[in-house]
Amino acid sequence: MGVHAGVVFAFFYAPIAILIIFSFSGDRIVGQWGGFTLDWYREFWNNDQLTNSITVSLQVALIATVASVVLGTLSALALERFRFRGRRVFDALLYLPIIIPDVTMGIMMLVFFAEGIDVVDSLLGISLAKGITTITLSHIAFCISFVSVVVRARLSGMDSRLEEAAMDLYATRWQTFRYVTFPQILPGVAGGGLLALTLSLDDVVISQFTSGPGATTLPVYVFSLIRKGVTPMINSVSVVMFLASLVLIAAMLGVDRLRSTGSNVPSAVPRGDLSAEPAVGGHERGDT
Amino acid sequence: MTALTARRVGIALVTVAALTAAACGGDDDTSAPAPAPAEEPAAEPADEPAPAPAEEPSGCAVGEVDGDLNLYNWSEYIDPDLKDAFAAEYGVAVNESNYDSNEAMQPIISAGNSGYDVIVPSDYMVSIMIESGDLMALDKAAIPNLANLSPEFASGLPYDPAGDYSVPYQWGTTGLAVDLAIAGDDVPETWGLVFDTDLAEQYGFVGATTLLNDPRETLGAALKYLGYSLNTTDEAQLDEAKQLVAEATERIAAFESDQYDELLATGQTALAHGYSGNFLVQFDEADDPDQYTYFVPEEGGTRWVDNMAVVIDAPHPCTAHTFINFILDAENGAALTNWNYYASPNAASEPLIDPEILEDPIVYPTDRSMLEFIADTGDFEINFSDAFIEAKG
Repeated sequence: MGVHAGVVFAFFYAPIAILIIFSFSGDRIVGQWGGFTLDWYREFWNNDQLTNSITVSLQVALIATVASVVLGTLSALALERFRFRGRRVFDALLYLPIIIPDVTMGIMMLVFFAEGIDVVDSLLGISLAKGITTITLSHIAFCISFVSVVVRARLSGMDSRLEEAAMDLYATRWQTFRYVTFPQILPGVAGGGLLALTLSLDDVVISQFTSGPGATTLPVYVFSLIRKGVTPMINSVSVVMFLASLVLIAAMLGVDRLRSTGSNVPSAVPRGDLSAEPAVGGHERGDT
Repeated sequence: MTALTARRVGIALVTVAALTAAACGGDDDTSAPAPAPAEEPAAEPADEPAPAPAEEPSGCAVGEVDGDLNLYNWSEYIDPDLKDAFAAEYGVAVNESNYDSNEAMQPIISAGNSGYDVIVPSDYMVSIMIESGDLMALDKAAIPNLANLSPEFASGLPYDPAGDYSVPYQWGTTGLAVDLAIAGDDVPETWGLVFDTDLAEQYGFVGATTLLNDPRETLGAALKYLGYSLNTTDEAQLDEAKQLVAEATERIAAFESDQYDELLATGQTALAHGYSGNFLVQFDEADDPDQYTYFVPEEGGTRWVDNMAVVIDAPHPCTAHTFINFILDAENGAALTNWNYYASPNAASEPLIDPEILEDPIVYPTDRSMLEFIADTGDFEINFSDAFIEAKG
């Protein structure tokens, strides 16, 4: 088993190791070692369009993550906890962005924004333009689904008697959410958020269709560079992206730890919290 | 540029985009940019929305700017210093975005409201975009530097004969590159290296050759070897070419459109079919640049031109015209070629171009009479695709 694991790890990580090594190669041809150099990192740093595209990518990813986490969590709560007309349709529609191919979604967005800009202009007299805003909106559109799916998984695994108990003890809906539901689903929300962040940072196809003048995201720019030949500068960009993902993974592990310590508490909570719960209810009664 | 590749995928994409655009155009007739039925070039200037003094197509004065320049270009295709110079001279910002193929760019422009002013489509894409109404007719009065174009580029280009919609930006050729360390110094400049078994064996190219994965380029090479036009619409001629490519398939390592120059430079192949500029950059970086050579075979080959054009719904048409005029300036045209090693269509620039580039037959082939553009063959295009698929087996 140890050998097997070693082979699998080598299969996963050897390409990354090679990528990192050749980002320091002095030879312009990727795959030929030409002595140690930091030139590619310097070239990368001095390339205005590249650094600009990183800024755009980060801006888009952060806004898209926050917005899709809020909207995705709300829709997950609505679907799991409430019954309403059209719930099944909404449920099915929510999976669409996960299922349909990126190209289709990209073309849909392209036409939507092209027409939408005209409509807004003729109705409101506001002239919008494609750019960071349209990229961000399109990312929010597909991230909501992923966040929602992750949060729902967490919600359906949660014992709904906890909420009922809170309600029994006179907690309002908001208090129930704030003190019982939210702490329980927090790992799911955080996980969904990190997933959204990763998806947004990675996306090429949809961004390509929705970007506008001067607003190119990093993956789109790197992709356009490749067409003109791969140089180790692309390796150096990849290394920086790889390090950024490592930070994300570390964050995810941190969340995981939060979850395990968090789930220690909740698993103790159903019983243990019976003593803590009246405190919540106590406030409630005190308030009324 | 290297983007004649993936033509079939491109055509499919263009079709999808055209369909979606058409479908949406149906319920909203106010959408000006939705591809209109092709119009006569002469009629085009009349529907320019610009608040122009009558008669003038766009009404832009020479050097007039009406906002920042939004440029949609191939990556690494313009010297950043030139962008800065334009920004400084006219007091506007230059926002550049990049695309990696004509096929990726066209649907975005065609959908409308792209926000771009100037784009740089290749030859065949110019004719497609003119037909689908994506390009603005140029106001030639606002571009006096058109006079700097060399006569062969000023008019008579098959994709835009009168130059009403496009202005050549840079150009190059498709041909063969050879690793002389393997083949020796006396390699004949002929397509026979690919299509003649004896020659291929003699110079050690068997199993060490790549051909472009592009129906028009590769069948075009075979057609040229046979002495036909690469824009033939004769099925018998195409059939002969198909046979040649099918036979050659046994001897080649791969049909490859992206990495062919690196494969040659790393010694994995000895003969590569590809685009001039890419090879030149690759050779320049080699330990011994003289180890490699590039040529357009004596039977002839393809020539491509990338062009500047103004988008039909460009938000800043005057800035766009001013930018085109700026690039056509003798000094700026030379700066462009000195920076990216592609040939310039600008005759006035030639004295200012680095002589080493100007005298390099890879960049400027000495005999251009054998070069041919890939023209849109319309309905016959599918025959090329089918023949290529059959030839590849």
